[in-house]
Amino acid sequence: SHAAIKIQPMRQFFSSGHTNNWAVLVCTSRFWFNYRHVANTLSVYRSVKRLGIPDSHIVLMLADDMACNHRNPKPATVFSHKNMELNVYGDDVEVDYRGYEVTVENFLRVLTGRLPPSTPRSKRLLSDDRSNILIYLTGHGGNGFLKFQDSEEISNVELADAFEQMWQKRRYNELLFIIDTCQGASMYERFYSPNLMALASSQVGEDSLSHQPDLAIGVHLMDRYTFYLLEFLEDIHPSSKANMNDLFKVCPKSQCVSTPGHRTDLFLRDPGSALITDFFGSVRKVEITMETINLTEPIHFVNEERQKETYSYVDQLPVSEIIHQKPKQKDWHPPDGFILGLWTLILLVFFKTYGMKHLKHIF
Amino acid sequence: GCPKDDFQEELVIRPLHSGDIYASFQFRTLWETDFMRGNKVSHYRLFPKSLGQVISKFSVRELHISFTQGYWRTMQWGQPFLPSPPGAELWVWFQDSVTDVDGTWKELTNVLSGIFCASLNFIDSTNTVQPSASFKPLGIGNVTDHRFLRYATLPREIVCTENLTPWKKLLPCGSKAGLAVLLKSEKLFHSSFHSQAVHIRPVCQDWQCKTTSWELRQTLNVVFDLHTPGQGKLEWSLFKMFSRTLTEACPLASSSKIYIDITDDPQGEQFEVSPATHLLSQAMVLGDRRTFSVYDLTQQITFGTVRSLNLLIRWKSRDMLRPLLHAERYVAGYGLQTGEIHTLMYNNHPYRSFPVLLLDSVPWYLRLYIHTLTVTSKGKDNKPSYIHYQPSKDRVRPHLLEMLVQLPPNSVTEVTVQFERALLKWTEYTPDPNHGFYVGSSVISSLVPSIVAMDTNSTREQPLFSSFFPCKEESSYFMRVYTEPLLVNLPTPDFSMPYNVICLTCTVVAVGYGSLYNLLTRSFQIEEPSPGLAKRIANIIRKMRGVPPL
Repeated sequence: SHAAIKIQPMRQFFSSGHTNNWAVLVCTSRFWFNYRHVANTLSVYRSVKRLGIPDSHIVLMLADDMACNHRNPKPATVFSHKNMELNVYGDDVEVDYRGYEVTVENFLRVLTGRLPPSTPRSKRLLSDDRSNILIYLTGHGGNGFLKFQDSEEISNVELADAFEQMWQKRRYNELLFIIDTCQGASMYERFYSPNLMALASSQVGEDSLSHQPDLAIGVHLMDRYTFYLLEFLEDIHPSSKANMNDLFKVCPKSQCVSTPGHRTDLFLRDPGSALITDFFGSVRKVEITMETINLTEPIHFVNEERQKETYSYVDQLPVSEIIHQKPKQKDWHPPDGFILGLWTLILLVFFKTYGMKHLKHIF
Repeated sequence: GCPKDDFQEELVIRPLHSGDIYASFQFRTLWETDFMRGNKVSHYRLFPKSLGQVISKFSVRELHISFTQGYWRTMQWGQPFLPSPPGAELWVWFQDSVTDVDGTWKELTNVLSGIFCASLNFIDSTNTVQPSASFKPLGIGNVTDHRFLRYATLPREIVCTENLTPWKKLLPCGSKAGLAVLLKSEKLFHSSFHSQAVHIRPVCQDWQCKTTSWELRQTLNVVFDLHTPGQGKLEWSLFKMFSRTLTEACPLASSSKIYIDITDDPQGEQFEVSPATHLLSQAMVLGDRRTFSVYDLTQQITFGTVRSLNLLIRWKSRDMLRPLLHAERYVAGYGLQTGEIHTLMYNNHPYRSFPVLLLDSVPWYLRLYIHTLTVTSKGKDNKPSYIHYQPSKDRVRPHLLEMLVQLPPNSVTEVTVQFERALLKWTEYTPDPNHGFYVGSSVISSLVPSIVAMDTNSTREQPLFSSFFPCKEESSYFMRVYTEPLLVNLPTPDFSMPYNVICLTCTVVAVGYGSLYNLLTRSFQIEEPSPGLAKRIANIIRKMRGVPPL
């Protein structure tokens, strides 16, 4: 019957694995010549926002500011394509960690949720066991490590342990890890927690190369892997059925020069059944209800008796008051004559004990 | 009923004598409510909820935060309506019910860093000071115990679109209607000076001041550069400045106006504004009476038949009055051991002297020698009538120096103090230590004599830009001037050296020890040379046969 047919797809609608999506996008490089790493991160940010993940569910970490850098000939813009075709910075960006805040410690604290209590919500990864998380890292890396701001490194062992902590604390349902650095595949070698899928832009021993420079800006704008990833994602829309196998085909060796790699052995589902929008898009669960809900009575404000005191503005520079301000309580010092008296006493005792004949040698 | 709230927006455009143009946006929300009295406020209309919750949770009496990119050049541009130092500045007055001011301050900075997407969480005890005489509350209040005041600056803080986005979201109309549609980041950050600020304070509602309301002012000051590509003549339009035109006022605003400063040319000879308007307004601002052409956006007629307003302003270059007070600061000396900070304050008034309060907050790693402090005017010693100095404590708090100095007329006053640079611990260096370390701007607060009598009636309908600083006297007005921040190099170690030393040492050890070990333990053996091809084949056949090889 009609009702039964309608209920069926709804049950399936509610039985998919995850209920919310998060993204942690990190650019770890500082300095103007690493413009491309910021552009990489911002293009993934742009795609992820476009496919539906709201700013409140994105933790964006940029180690340096390229858009308003004084070397940028077009301020408040970060371009991904040469000839300034696409501004990935946009008009509506919210960066959660920036500048010196992008450190290994802060990154691991965000992942594991062990942040100081006064950290605001926008800087936290408030995921639960039904969250699908996308983690994107870019910067300079090597065999087994990723460099943060040219002053510290995160190793693949630390990263694997952080993900294991996340698994044990039930902080994710499924996690997609993408890394675009030199020798990126070394960073996912050590993973051992379930439900992780990883992609990297190059194998161990290979360098990830940058795409094209823009002569007006003077630096390379994007890395190859992320450039082709962006082009692939631009074709994805929120209801697309493209799956992970398509993602693995992004940037073959002919375009990337390096060999992108991926790892799916820890992922419990078949990658072919995982949609791109499971990680890059956002799920909005809507529950339809037929019952009416009564809103509470509006709050009635009682006009309270206002205090009859009058207020006034404060004098901004009360010169006479400042000059005659009472001096602050200083630290206690012994009264002036005290030290002198003490020394006199010591000398007198000395000469009393050892005889007065020494006194005339002194004076 | 609900406590009433009111929203006003205005834009003031002032052409500067150097050909640049200064635009100042102010958005003010007044709300007659009481955050402090215990009844939880839960219905927010025009006042943004995030700020309302901050005020009630942290018992804030006044909050002033500004983000600035660039430095205000007083000698070329005159005085700004609302001064601000480069980087981020935050000063807060707490209510006297707060018991742990330092703890509340730390939590407040963390929450604000989330609201404004800025790294305000770097504000801690090493860059926070408690001024003893500067920064009196700008709102109403009877008690001013400076124990409840905290002031901090982050001169390194970058301002970009990610700070503008949450700032725009606090406005009642967002950036969808009214004057805020002009706020496009690509144009705003391509300027010589950009400053956005949020000021929250309690104000008087009426002339008797029996009722108070909370005032939230969001201000944005920007100076566009003449020499930006495409400009040549002194002609500006809204479209050239902001790449947008106006189509409507914010529907929630009770007043939405644009003021164009035409003071130097009332007849309209040198100055031309189109579309023309007959509305004129005079206001006393910065000690001077200025005349403005007014465009009222709440009237449909302002937009004309094309339903859009694009103001065009043309003027010939004109002289500027020398500003009465301005200041400079620089570091003198050479090397990485010692240095000297010089602060110069210029009083350009021909015959009046006036007092200034200088506030200096120097980080602990520049060790000031206060016994070398000298204040000289016109070559002679000028003894300050009030000095408050709080010495720094390494890694705990910075130096705080406040002085009240009387500036003689038409003179330069120079304040010098010597310092020594400290060597930081390895982990305290930033990832880019060779850039240098910043010292925040000095703040000079003063009562400058005004050219015309100022209006002390604080509640008459005044444009927003002239009613920010409360005015108590007619003969002088209050002003703040900020100096440049300083960039000093500290002795920086070469961070690649540990790696280099390890490589070198290991190489030497490997070569030295390896050679010695080989010499002592290596023994030589004779080995047969490998046989030719024929012999090898013969050996294979012999192996198959089971016979020993050749």
